[in-house]
Amino acid sequence: MLYSPAPLHIPDGFLSLVIALVFWGITIFTVGIAISRTNKSLGEKQVPLMGIMAAFIFAAQMLNFPVAGGTSGHFLGGALAAMVLGPWAGILVMTAVIALQALLFQDGGLLVMGANIFNMGLLTAMIGFGLYRSVLGRGKGVRLTVVGVAAWLAVVASALLAALQLWLSGTSRLEIVVPAMLGVHALIGLGEAVITVAALAFIERTRPDLLDKKAVAAKGGRGWVYAGVLISLLAVLLSPLASADPDGLERVATDMGFLQSGQPTPYQILPDYTVPFLGETALSTVVAGVVGALVLLGLMIVIGQTLRRKTS
Amino acid sequence: MHADAFDRFHQAESRLHNLDPRVKVVVTVLFILSNALLPDGAWSAFGLCWIALLGANHLSNLGIDFSFRRSFIALPFALAAVSAIFSPLGTPLAEWTLGPLVLIPTDYGLVKFGSILLRSWLSVQAAILLVATTRFPDMIHAFEHLRVPAVLTTIVAFLYRYLFVLTDEVMRLLRARESRSATVAGQRSGRNVVWRARVTGNMAGQLFLRSYERSDRIYNAMLARGYSGQMRTLNPHVMKSSDWSFAALSIAIILLLQLTGRF
Repeated sequence: MLYSPAPLHIPDGFLSLVIALVFWGITIFTVGIAISRTNKSLGEKQVPLMGIMAAFIFAAQMLNFPVAGGTSGHFLGGALAAMVLGPWAGILVMTAVIALQALLFQDGGLLVMGANIFNMGLLTAMIGFGLYRSVLGRGKGVRLTVVGVAAWLAVVASALLAALQLWLSGTSRLEIVVPAMLGVHALIGLGEAVITVAALAFIERTRPDLLDKKAVAAKGGRGWVYAGVLISLLAVLLSPLASADPDGLERVATDMGFLQSGQPTPYQILPDYTVPFLGETALSTVVAGVVGALVLLGLMIVIGQTLRRKTS
Repeated sequence: MHADAFDRFHQAESRLHNLDPRVKVVVTVLFILSNALLPDGAWSAFGLCWIALLGANHLSNLGIDFSFRRSFIALPFALAAVSAIFSPLGTPLAEWTLGPLVLIPTDYGLVKFGSILLRSWLSVQAAILLVATTRFPDMIHAFEHLRVPAVLTTIVAFLYRYLFVLTDEVMRLLRARESRSATVAGQRSGRNVVWRARVTGNMAGQLFLRSYERSDRIYNAMLARGYSGQMRTLNPHVMKSSDWSFAALSIAIILLLQLTGRF
C-alpha cells in the first residue's frame, strides 16, 4: 500500500469537544489570514501553484527510505513547505494536505481537523520558516544546520502538542503519552531533518532564484522569527519538563485553571467548562468552548497586530 | 499507475449516492459531533449509533458491513488511549506490576477507554460512508456551498487532480533509485542510514522542482483555456424536496441518539 498513515494524525473521538473546538477556532482564524495574505500578494496564479505544491507534499510523503529492521523513515514536509513557499502559503498547502488525508483516507478526523492542522501545519510553519529566516544570508553550514534542527524540532513540537491535547482531553495519562510520543517522533524527526536539509540544499543548488535572501524575506516578516524562536524555546523547555516531571506540569495546569485534579473531566478553562445559566448540558459545554475559542482569537489578534506594527 | 488507486468512491445506484452532497457532508459532521457529545459509558446510545450506521450502509447499496470492513484504520491510534484505563479516578479493579511500573486499571478508566474507542470507530465509519458515496469533486463543491473559502477548496481540488500525476512521478523516482541500486545477495549495500536519507532528500528536492515547473506549465495551459480563477462544475447542485426530508430525518435521528445517551 502506497499510503501509510502517520502517527501524528489524531482521529475523531480522541479529543474532547472543547479542545477540538478551541483549536478549530485558532486554525480558522490563522488560515483566514493566510488566505487574505496570499490573495493580496500573489493573485490567482498562486492557487494552481499551491494546489500542485500540496500534491507535491502528499507525494513526497510516499518517499521512504529503509532505516532498520523493516521500518522505514518518512517525510512529513511541513517545515520544508514553509521554507520554500513562505509561511502563509505553507500553511495553506499543509491545510489542504491534512484536509485531503482526513476526507479521503480517514487519516485524522473531521471534528479534530483543526487540531491536526494546527499541529502539523501552523506549528511547523512557525518553527520551520521562523528559524530558517533567522539565519538568512549566513554561511551554508550554519544555514543547513539550522534547517535540520528546525525540521527536527517541528516534528517533535507537533508530537508534544498532540500529546498535550490528548492529555487535556482526558484521553491519555501525561506521564505515559508525552514520553511515548516524544520518543517516537524524536526518531522520526531525524529522518525528517536529513531529508529536509538534502532537499533544501538541492533546491538551492538548482534553482537559487527561488531561495535567495530577498525572495525568502519577502514571504514573511521578522515577526515569524520571533514566533519561531519563541515556540522552539517553549517546545525545548516543555519537553523535558513534561516527560521528567509530569506532576509538575499537572500542578502548573491546575494552578492556571486548565485542570482540576480529582475531577472526572480534566479540562477546565471556564468553571466546570459550562456556562452558569445554561446548566450542565451539552449545549453549555459547546457555548463554553466557543467562548474559550473567541477569547483565544482575541488574544491572537492583539498579538498579531503588535507584531505587525513592530515589523512595519 | 491506475488513476483510481486513491479514489475511495464506490459506484452504485442508491438513495445515498443520489443525495445532495451538502446534505451528506452536514449529516456526517453532525453525526461525528453528536458522538463527541455523548457522555462516557452511554452504551445504549452507542449501540443505536451503530444501528443508524447500519441503516445508512443499507441505503448505500454497498453491503450492510461496508463501512465496518474498512473501519480499522484508526485502530493503531487506540494505543494513545490505553493509558486512560489506568485513570486515578474511580475504583481500582486490579494491580499489575510491569518492571518499575505499577498499573492499576480502574472502572472509570475502562469505561473511558471503551467510550473513546467506540466514538472514534463510529465517527470513522460515518466518514467512510461519506467518501464512498460521494464523488470527490462533488464533495469539494459541497464544501464551497457551505462557505468554505474558494481558495481553499480550489487548492484541495488541484491537490486531488495532481495527486495521481505526482504519484506517478514518485514511482518513476523510486524505480530509478531501484534500478541504480544493485545489491549482492547476502551483502550489505547502500552505505549508512544518513546516506540513504540524503538520497531520499535529493529525490524530494527533484520532485519539488518537477512539480514546481509543472505547475507553471499547467497554469499557462489553463489560462489558454479560459481559466479565470474559478473552478466550474457541470452539475450544479440543487436541493430537492427528498434531500430536505432526508436531512430532517437524519437530524431527528441524531437528536434521538443524544436523548438516549443522556436519559
